[in-house]
Order: sequence, then structure tokens, then C-alpha cells
Amino acid sequence: MSIHSSTLAELAAGLRKKAYSSVELAKLYLDRIESSQSGLNAFISITREEALAAAAEADRRLAAGEGGPLTGVPIAHKDIFCTDGVRTTCGSRMLENFVSPYDATVVSKLKAAGTVMVGKTNMDEFAMGSSNESSYFGPVRNPWNTALVPGGSSGGSAAAVAARLVPAATATDTGGSIRQPAALCGVTGLKPTYGRVSRYGMVAFASSLDQGGVIAATAEDAALMLGAMAGFDPNDSTSVDRPVPDYTATLNDSVKGLRIGLLKEFFDKGLDPSCEARIREALGVYEKLGAQLREVSLPSLPLSVPTYYVVAPAEASSNLARYDGVRFGYRCENPKDLMDLYCRTRGEGFGAEVKRRIMTGTYVLSAGYYDAYYLKAQKVRQLINRDFERAFAEVDVLIGPTTPTPAFPIGAKIDDPVTMYLNDIYTIGANLAGLPGVSIPCGFVQGLPVGLQIVGPHFGEARVLNVAHVYQRETDWHRHVPDAFK
Amino acid sequence: MSEWETVIGLEIHAQLATRSKIFSGSSTAYGAPPNAQANLVDLGYPGVLPVLNAEAVRMAVKFGLAIDATVARHSVFARKNYFYPDLPKGYQISQYELPIVAHGKLEIVLDDGAKKVIGITRAHLEEDAGKSLHEGLPGASGIDLNRAGTPLLEIVSEPDLRSAREAVAYMKKLHTLVRYLEICDGNMQEGSFRCDANVSVRRKGETKFGTRAEIKNLNSFRFVEKAINYEVERQIDILESGGKVIQETRLYDPDKGETRSMRTKEEANDYRYFPDPDLLPLKLDDAFIEEVRTSLPELPDQKAARFTSQYGLSAYDAGVLTSSRELAAYYEDVVRQVPEDPKLAANWVMGELAAALNKEGLEITESRISSGALAGLLKRIRDNTISGKIAKDVFEAMWSSGRDADALIEEKGLRQITDTAAIEKVIDEVMAKNPGQLAEYRSGKDKLFGFFVGQVMKATQGKANPAQVNELLKKKLAG
Repeated sequence: MSIHSSTLAELAAGLRKKAYSSVELAKLYLDRIESSQSGLNAFISITREEALAAAAEADRRLAAGEGGPLTGVPIAHKDIFCTDGVRTTCGSRMLENFVSPYDATVVSKLKAAGTVMVGKTNMDEFAMGSSNESSYFGPVRNPWNTALVPGGSSGGSAAAVAARLVPAATATDTGGSIRQPAALCGVTGLKPTYGRVSRYGMVAFASSLDQGGVIAATAEDAALMLGAMAGFDPNDSTSVDRPVPDYTATLNDSVKGLRIGLLKEFFDKGLDPSCEARIREALGVYEKLGAQLREVSLPSLPLSVPTYYVVAPAEASSNLARYDGVRFGYRCENPKDLMDLYCRTRGEGFGAEVKRRIMTGTYVLSAGYYDAYYLKAQKVRQLINRDFERAFAEVDVLIGPTTPTPAFPIGAKIDDPVTMYLNDIYTIGANLAGLPGVSIPCGFVQGLPVGLQIVGPHFGEARVLNVAHVYQRETDWHRHVPDAFK
Repeated sequence: MSEWETVIGLEIHAQLATRSKIFSGSSTAYGAPPNAQANLVDLGYPGVLPVLNAEAVRMAVKFGLAIDATVARHSVFARKNYFYPDLPKGYQISQYELPIVAHGKLEIVLDDGAKKVIGITRAHLEEDAGKSLHEGLPGASGIDLNRAGTPLLEIVSEPDLRSAREAVAYMKKLHTLVRYLEICDGNMQEGSFRCDANVSVRRKGETKFGTRAEIKNLNSFRFVEKAINYEVERQIDILESGGKVIQETRLYDPDKGETRSMRTKEEANDYRYFPDPDLLPLKLDDAFIEEVRTSLPELPDQKAARFTSQYGLSAYDAGVLTSSRELAAYYEDVVRQVPEDPKLAANWVMGELAAALNKEGLEITESRISSGALAGLLKRIRDNTISGKIAKDVFEAMWSSGRDADALIEEKGLRQITDTAAIEKVIDEVMAKNPGQLAEYRSGKDKLFGFFVGQVMKATQGKANPAQVNELLKKKLAG
């Protein structure tokens, strides 16, 4: 077996057994990244020099018997996380040359854990998109078929892990941006509970929905990463002060008697029948393991997409106001006055999807429309919340599809935003309610991976990862790698 | 009498005296080089987040309790969205629908001595913006973000004020209060305490409000009074000539003494307020509010009431002496040392001392004569060592030399002459030297009595006890 097909946990063990050094690993993955770029375009920045220096330091610590479980493993960061001294573009022309003067909390925590950053992954501009086509740096291609999208907005992270360009990468999820690309690329993607992982240093899209998480090959790897990333951050008022458990300790807990809820609303006519077949097969695995299946209904859930497309653009329109050409980022040439500076900087610096959402958000917050849109959306959000609470009174986890279909061709939906938005129909609910969710690969349809989504109650990451892990013990879908990257 | 009634509501921005900013750890100290006190949060860098300063909350609660308001157990920070170069995030974090303080009141004293209660609609926490600098930068503007993120308490009154004088009285009262509470340094030159005034007029008897203009940039009591008076006249002129006042924001120009239009209602921003998702709703429990209540100092009105009852001062004197916490403390320090005559202490603090401070533009805390030194002087008046008149000279010498009263009295031999025999001796000499005047006096020209007093005082260099001089002179002159 080649080194790059190892999981993060296996690589960490290999490092401690001195099977290879951190520098050797970094070089191996950096070479894979560089040779993949023209085909996949999964990275915006490759940080070879910094990576080799960090790897050498990790080797020194490993040799001294120091360091933790992640010391020396290579990872990538989604280019939405600020990295001190390394540019952070957020997939936008607006930040094409922005070099952050500080590390995001997630970045500094993973640095402290000894991980080695090899680069920063491509993404939809400002995390707005479900196909990675809105990136200023060009679309990312799906490693399973490069004519297809990898999903988004964390398409670069998902493609990179799927092609084994890195064993794990950070990602963010506002409406499905971790789980949807993980599903389309056949990897494991975990979106934690809102407040579990600090948002400090993560470029804001929609603050009440954004949550940092991880894309990795396995649930075990996601558990290892989450353990290092999670925790209260005094710099983020919405992060929750609550102990971080050892997520790996409960991975093998029995699921006998586990109550699995099947969301009636997820098995609707929009779900591709072949995908549904893979999901039903996965549910069969759980039944065999002694779990009980029962149907539950979240009557408000069908309202989640329109609700999301009011709340998220509203927050985005305000969050993105700071990109005005005054203090950092893109500035238009020769502005003739202040208004010209604003209009051209933002007109030239932002792409079409970002502008569409800023305009939508500005509209729904405007005087005379606020109550009809923003306030109503917040009320629906409450209803969706309550639906989930009721469901979790009856079941331990909810399981269903992550997306209605497998990956679609590049260009197929880019001119039809509403069809594109519907790709997140199964994932948005968890964001609106702030719940943890994971997508794991559960088989293929015409050679393309299908994702199984597991959603848990607030702070139920350990349970969600446990449920994902026991499935991965029974199956090997997570071990499949596209031929071109074997 | 005018047939018009003025209606005024004030919005006062009090800069809270926290050491760091409301949502970041930067210092709030005034006067640093531009942008030296602006960190990544103040600059609105990508990815940064606000963290609420607990001390700012505590100060707002103190204020709410002091004006007998409702302190909200649940209040919400909202974003006020607009573009301006000195507003780094493109929005200001403020409070909108649910402010931390609501329904308060403040009693003011009108010119005729009557009292009036002014309603305070709300007081909310918000961050200040930076400053745009245009001077010395040809063809460009500079931005100083040192002030960006400084905590402000915006205090909004009901439209209860009926004249510029009332508005000033209200503003002064608030100014006193925030300094008592030690939540604002009240420095108006540095912009720590500034005011916008909403002004309208209506015919007497009318119950509906007239259309109002909001006047911005009023950073002194004098400007508030002048700007309101100007604006009231402007609006009456418009209405009396058959015109209509338009709702607009106007700027006061202190050089020209006039207000001018800044923007009309149509040009006003739509601020698109919505709750700030980066900050959780602010929840305060009863225990915290009670704990803050116990930390409240004696408030100006309570102190003034105590001064009248405990020291027998008039309401006016008590009001003056409690106009600042430091002045009241100075006064009480003096009284503690001269407890037998609080009125004498009041007269000296409000008279000579206030005049001396005023002349040099000093605060009471910068007085050249300490409360102990002033008490030392008053003791010498009380025990007749010196007369009140001599005491004024001693006071001046103390002010310029920084020395105490006793040393100066000894050195200059200012001790009052109270020895009857000695005074009689001087009187005899004066009478002997002025036989003509004596004869005139004795023939009925009573007015000459003052002449003899003057001569005696002159001969004793003012040191003779005036009461004794009067008494003895009367006897001797009568013959």
C-alpha cells in the first residue's frame, strides 16, 4: 500500500514509528499537489517552503519524543482561514493579494498540535457556491471525473482529500459547504455544532451559520482533527465554553439499540432513485448492527432553503461591507471620488454570485421589507429549530442523503442560481439549527460517490462520529480512491 | 409673549471611561498618534470578531440605575449599516430595538427655581467611528481610527424640553451625573460628551409636534443654547411667512452662529439595522444589577438635599457645591475641619476660591489652595485672629505662594488687633489729628463716622477688629 493512501491516523502512527519523517511526508504530498494542480486546481496557494520548515521542526520534536498525535502530519487549510504571513484570498479577487497579519484560531490550534500546512485550498468566492465555480482562481475539478464539479464551497478541500493530495483539510460549512463537497468527492466531511469551533480568523460569510470543520478520509481522522480544532475561544463570543471530549474514545461504541430517524422530508421526489438505493443499503448496515430505524417528520424543513437564502445573504451583505478599498484588499485604479472608489472597487473586486447575494441581502434588510423577509425568516428558523428538537426527543441521530444527486457537470447549473441552491436542500437545515452533521461515502452511482448524512443533536459530535465510524468499519467506500490518484 | 412653543429632545453621546475599547483590547486614551491605537478588530480586518467589554456594560447599568430607569435583563446589539471611510466595518455596532437602559428620568432646576422632570427614553451602548482628516493632505483624506470602537452611551431624552435654557440645564445635569458616576470624563473639547438636538416649534395649544430638524455637532453648552435659539427663530420665520419646515439634519457652524442643512430626510441612509450575529444577546441577572446598585455613589440630588439639611445651606448653594463630585468633596473636607461654620466655608469656596480657579481656568482638583489650607484660613477668621477683609489678602498670598495662612499672618504681622486699650489709643490719636472733622461730626454730620473708621483702620494697617473699632469709635466720638 502506498503511503498517500494512508489515513491521517495511520500517518501519525507511521511518524511515531519512524517509518518516514515529517519532511518526507511533506515532500511527498507537496509533489502530489503540484502535479495535480493543472488537472484539479484544488489549491490557491502551495506553501512548500513554510511546510518544509514546519516539518523539520516536527521531526525534531518527534525525535525528542515530544508532540501530540497530530505532530508532523501534513494538512491543508481552506483559503477562508487567515494564515499569518501567507495570503488568504477567500477565493476572491478582492483578497487576491491579502496577506493576513494573524492566524485564525483554528490555524493556530492546528499549528500548536504540530500539523504541517502544505497549502491553502480553493473554494467558492467568499464560500458562496455549491460547485466551486465562483472562485476567482478558477473552478476545482472533481477527482472522480474532471468534467464534473467537486461541490462547494469547500470544493478544494474535498477534492484534495479525495485525490489524496493531503490526508485532511480544514473546511467551513454555512449551508452545506463541508458535507456537500465531501459527498460529491466521496470523502468524510464533518460540520460541528455552531459554537464548537472558533470562527475567529475565518473570513465571515453568514456569521450565524458559518462553522469551521474538517474534511478527511475517515470519521476517525475527522475525530482526531476536531479534537485539535474545537474549544472555547475568548475571541469569539459565539463559541461555547464547554469541555472538548476525546472524540476518538467513543468511535467504537456499539450502535445496538441506536434510534435512527429517517427524515420523511429527505426522501422526497427530488432525491435521485439510484442515490436513494445507496442510502437504503447503508441503512441496512445499521439495522444489521442492531440500530432501530424510524421515520420522523420535520414539517418546517421544506422552508429551509428560502429561509437560508434570506438569512445568509442578509448577514453577508453586512459582513462584506468592509471590502471598500480603503484599508486592505483590492482597490480600483484612479478613483475620481469616494463613491467611485466604493463602486468600482466592489464592482471589480467581487464576482457575480457574491454581488447577487449582497444585493439580495441588502434588499431583505431594507426599510419596508425587513419584517416581510428577514424577520419572517428568523421566525421560520425558530420553527425549524423546534422541529429538530422534537425529533431528537425521539431519536439519537437523523440519517439521510447529503445531496439529491451525485456530482454534476461544470457549467450545468451556473446560470441557474435557484437550481444550484437546491443542491443544499438536505444540508441547510443543520446550519439553521446549528446542529453537527457528517457526510460519509456510502457507495457509487455510475462511478460517482454518494454521500450519507448523519445529523446529531447540539454537541453530539462524538455520537455522529461514532455512528459514521461503525459504518466505515463495516464498509470500505471511504478507502476508494479515483484511479488517476491511486 | 410669543405664540410659538419650542419642543426639544436631546441625544447625548457620552464616551464611557473604560480603559479599552468596547469590542477590542485597544487603549481608549486620547491624543495618540493617528492609528496607534487601532488593532485588527478596530480596523475591521477579515475574520476578526467583536468581544464586549464588561466594564462598558457595568457603566451603562450604573447610569440606568442613577436615572431610575429600567435596566434591560435582555438587550441586543445591532448593526447599523452605512458606508463611510472612517467606519471600518461598513457598519456600526449599536443597540436598536432592545437597548440596555429605558424609561429613565432626570430632574432639572429651571431659571425661576422651579423643578421639572425630563424623561429619558433610552440609553444604549454603541461604538464610536474614527475620524477623517482633511487638513494638510492636499488632494487626499487621512483616516485616524484611534477613536473607532470607543464605547459610547447614547442618551436619548423625550421631547420634554421647551427652551434652549432648559436644554442646557438638562445637558449640564447629565454632565454632572456622568462624572459623579465616573463613567465619563465629560471633556467636551475632546468630544467625550457631545450632543445632537432635535428642535421643532408649534403654535401654543397645539398637541401635535411640528416637523423637526436635527442639529449635529454641538460640543459646548454655549453652542447648544445658541444653535437652538437660532434654529427656533429660523423655523418660526419660515412658518410665519407661510412656509413649511422640512425634516432634515442640520450642522451648527459656531463661527457663523448659524445652522445649515446637511441632508434632508430623502437623502437619509437606510441603515438596515439587524441583530449582530457576532454578539449574543446581552443578558443581565438581578444579582449583577443589585451589585452595581450597591456600588453607586451618593448622587448629585441626594448630596444637595443632604447639604441643605446637614449644613443649613440654601438650595442654590447646595446645587452649586454639588455640581461636581470633586467640588463637593473639597467643600466637605473644609467643613470637616471647620464644622462650626458650614456657611462660611460655602461662601469662601463659592466666592474667592471659585473666582481664583476661574481666573486661571483650573479645576477644583488643581486648586493651588488645598482644602486643609483653606480650612486653616477660615479658622483664623473664626477665632478673630484676622478680619474677613484681611483674610482676602491672606487668601491671595496663599494662592500665589502656596504657603499656609498662619505662616503668612505671622510673617506679615497681620494678626488682628482686639486689645481694647490699643484700639482706644489709636482712636485718640486719630481724633487728635483731625479736630476739624471731629467738630463737624459732633455738630451732626454723622456721615463722617466712616471717615474715622477709615483713619483707624489705616493707622492699624487694617488689622483692628472692625466690630470693636465701630463700637469704641461711637463711644469716643460721642465724647
